[in-house]
Amino acid sequence: MSNKYTEDDLREELKTKEYEYGFYTDIASDTFPIGLNEDIVRAISLKKEEPEWMTEWRLEAFRAWEKMIEPEWANVHYAKPDFQAISYYSAPNSKPKYDSLDEVDPELLATFAKLGISIDEQKKLSNVAMDVVVDSVSVATTFKKTLGEKGIIFCSISEALREHPELVRKYIGTVVPQKDNFYAALNSAVFSDGSFCYIPKGVRCPMELSTYFRINQAGTGQFERTLVIADEGSYVSYLEGCTAPSRDENQLHAAVVELIAMDDAEIKYSTVQNWYPGNAEGKGGVFNFVTKRGLCEKNAKISWTQVETGSAVTWKYPSCVLKGDNSVGEFYSIAVTNNYQQADTGTKMIHLGKNTKSTIISKGISAGKSQNSYRGLVKISPNADNARNFSQCDSLLMGNECGAHTFPYIEVKNKTAKIEHEATTSKIGEDQIFYCNQRGIDTEKAIALIVNGFSKEVLNKLPMEFAVEAQKLLEISLEGSVG
Amino acid sequence: MLKIENLHASVEDKAILRGINLEVKAGEVHAIMGPNGSGKSTLASVIAGKEEYEVTEGSIFLNDEDIDELAAEERAHKGIFLSFQYPIEIPGVSVTNFIKTAINANRKAKGLDDMPAKDMLKLIREKSELLEIDRKFLSRSLNEGFSGGEKKRNEIFQMAMLEPKLAILDETDSGLDIDALRIVANGVNKLKSKDNAVIVITHYQRLLDYIVPDFVHVLYNGRIVKSGGKELAHELEEKGYDWIKEEVNA
Ligand SMILES: Nc1ncnc2c1ncn2[C@@H]1O[C@H](COP(=O)(O)OP(=O)(O)O)[C@@H](O)[C@H]1O
Ligand SMILES: [Mg+2]
Repeated sequence: MSNKYTEDDLREELKTKEYEYGFYTDIASDTFPIGLNEDIVRAISLKKEEPEWMTEWRLEAFRAWEKMIEPEWANVHYAKPDFQAISYYSAPNSKPKYDSLDEVDPELLATFAKLGISIDEQKKLSNVAMDVVVDSVSVATTFKKTLGEKGIIFCSISEALREHPELVRKYIGTVVPQKDNFYAALNSAVFSDGSFCYIPKGVRCPMELSTYFRINQAGTGQFERTLVIADEGSYVSYLEGCTAPSRDENQLHAAVVELIAMDDAEIKYSTVQNWYPGNAEGKGGVFNFVTKRGLCEKNAKISWTQVETGSAVTWKYPSCVLKGDNSVGEFYSIAVTNNYQQADTGTKMIHLGKNTKSTIISKGISAGKSQNSYRGLVKISPNADNARNFSQCDSLLMGNECGAHTFPYIEVKNKTAKIEHEATTSKIGEDQIFYCNQRGIDTEKAIALIVNGFSKEVLNKLPMEFAVEAQKLLEISLEGSVG
Repeated sequence: MLKIENLHASVEDKAILRGINLEVKAGEVHAIMGPNGSGKSTLASVIAGKEEYEVTEGSIFLNDEDIDELAAEERAHKGIFLSFQYPIEIPGVSVTNFIKTAINANRKAKGLDDMPAKDMLKLIREKSELLEIDRKFLSRSLNEGFSGGEKKRNEIFQMAMLEPKLAILDETDSGLDIDALRIVANGVNKLKSKDNAVIVITHYQRLLDYIVPDFVHVLYNGRIVKSGGKELAHELEEKGYDWIKEEVNA
């Protein structure tokens, strides 16, 4: 069997395969000079025609950020970005509002075509309204009318600041305060755009709300701000998906997402994250430092589901503050790392109310020379009688050069709490691959099958159309990682 | 169909197969018997193309084609099927999903499109009825928590779905009670035709009462040391293997 095409050959061949979505769309943009100071913060606010309180709010965040230091506790190693070498604003030159897709920049549409996302198809087939964010500014908003009839507001956060300033002012920073952490403070100071969503009392949002983000300008950071408010008894499912073009220098991404689920409301927030992970030698790739947090009032429920396959460095802990009695927090995560990727991700479940319940299912898949860490905190405060948590952290290793780590922190201040934690580590075995091969399934497909099986509990939590895309991403991310 | 010439194979420089010669023609059933550790499973794995084993000498021909260079999945596409002595678990992948993936991978290799869902369901229903497999069983994770008997029955279910040209059953009878044995044997007999062949690896005469072999071979110490008709199996059942060992060592 000497001349056989071996797994090593396969690995070599795939190493040279360029990042599938690595292309760059040339849309003329209007970019600020690099660097960050109070004038830049003011200029961003001015450019976006924001009310004065918002400018002040940003400045407050900026002043706090200046005094903060970048955290170092995460299990990731990278050259810290030079925050003065980044341009903090970049937007397409003109910002026309489109009524139909025909008016959208054809190059942008071509980009979507390459990604296999046809907005039209999405609209028709999957009943998805999309607020498309390209380089931080919304250029296309669809399905707004249908949503409008139900009183649902779904728009860019800049637009929300113009049209519904009282709502933004009431809720922004209430879940993730400006000074929450280094990256959140930075985001609060310079966020360029993002999405805003408000579901009125008792309304069930009739479709999945979806935003596609892209980083599209060399050397520009991306600082989205997302605010989702589900009023009493309402329901919304929100999808966030990302892809980024292949760029050589590291790009910084520091988003903030705040969710507010009022009494009896439910928010499902699903993410597929596929930022550029860097090349096979570990060069380039996105730094993804995200702060995501949700607040649950009485009987409310927030579910975070994430499929993280991209970025060179990921620092991300979607969390739930279970403030109201009987509220429920869920975190379902798949994190894939390959080559030199590093991910430190997990969740925080803060139980404040009585009878609060949380579930954590984390699936880490590591390949290549990557490092994949789960970091989770379950905190039961003194008043949280009968709080319950179930955590399960499973790691799947491919090859011998990668690492999987689990850091579960548990703080219990109430004796009635019930906490269960399970963790497993497994490897894709040669026997499993041979078994699949023997049935006619090639190695690449076998790995996809095994990984999908491993991730099933989380994939099942995603909306259908997203699950298919997520499965494809898992396959792409692990190509050539046979160990 | 299958022709093996002077096959030597080793793992980690340890020689296990030491000159196997075997010819299996279409329409035939061959039984391979022999004491534990004699190399039966290794032979099955080498025919199926497991890379762990290195072929150091000799050749395997499938329909006159030397398959030495073919990867395991390519051999499967050509109709080789192995019912594993120890079937492997794949957590989270249902029996249905697995067999669907396998069938479509084989179709793709032949340039065919995926099997339409309706046909797939029909085929699954037909074959699971043949093997008296409960529908609920099909949605369980592949081999995870299966009893020994369930694993073996699932192997034969997959065989029935894939309709191979050459089926190698490695101790499929172990772990089966008499009813299950009859069901499994029935599944194998349904597959049998003048166009395909079956190799049955077993310790016991029992299975051979249901799947009647044309030839019986005794594998010992990496070689086929004795061949005969089905009566040889009876003789082995009665006398054990010691007399063979003595013959060989004499
Ligand atoms: N992967 C392996 N590594 C080391 N030794 C092996 C391996 N596979 C088989 N062997 C050895 O080869 C011999 C034959 O094993 P096997 O083919 O399983 O025998 P049988 O199926 O006839 O019981 C045994 O001594 C066994 O220990
Ligand atoms: Mg054996």
